[in-house]
Amino acid sequence: MVVLDFFFEIVSWVLIVSGSFFMVVGALGMWRFPDFWARLHAASVTDSAGVILLIAGMCVQAGFTLITVKLIIIGIFLFITGPTATHAVANAALTSGLRPTEAAGLTGATPAPPKTKDAT
Amino acid sequence: MFVVATIAVFVSMILVLVRLFSGPTMYDRVLAVNTFGTLTVLLIGVLGFLNERPDFLDIAFLYALINFVGTIAILKFFRYRAIGDTPRRDPDAEVE
Repeated sequence: MVVLDFFFEIVSWVLIVSGSFFMVVGALGMWRFPDFWARLHAASVTDSAGVILLIAGMCVQAGFTLITVKLIIIGIFLFITGPTATHAVANAALTSGLRPTEAAGLTGATPAPPKTKDAT
Repeated sequence: MFVVATIAVFVSMILVLVRLFSGPTMYDRVLAVNTFGTLTVLLIGVLGFLNERPDFLDIAFLYALINFVGTIAILKFFRYRAIGDTPRRDPDAEVE
């Protein structure tokens, strides 16, 4: 039983540390990337990998209790609404005329003139 | 181990806040607010485990709900300039 507790401790440590790593990487990308679309790509790292790994680590730490059920509910909700919100932001930005600056001809959409890049 | 996760969430929140206050377009700010809300949900859960009282998860779930609805409401306001029903043109009033 002690061996099993040690095993669960190791698994939850690995999950939580890797989740923290992906979260910091996503936030670093949101800070440093040059374009709105690149920042969207970086934010999806935080929304998917960081959330899933951290919540899985907390589930392993909690064991078979009500807390695990609540954590799974929060995880499923974030797993559904995170991509939905990201898609809504991307769709609104694309509708308002914001275009990628570097790959302007590759997206299939008409590239914006360089002056109207900032849609505010 | 939850100390590591708490520090990581705090560092991520600070970086996202930098983007939120310096984003060139308003969609950068909306994206930063959405990510900040997700990080807040995780911070509430991790802090509950850090204090060995994980009863805050209901508050975290409520915050996730409000965060999603708030993001969609802000985007709808950007697009239609109205939060409620979009004003629809009456076809009878257009005959004249």
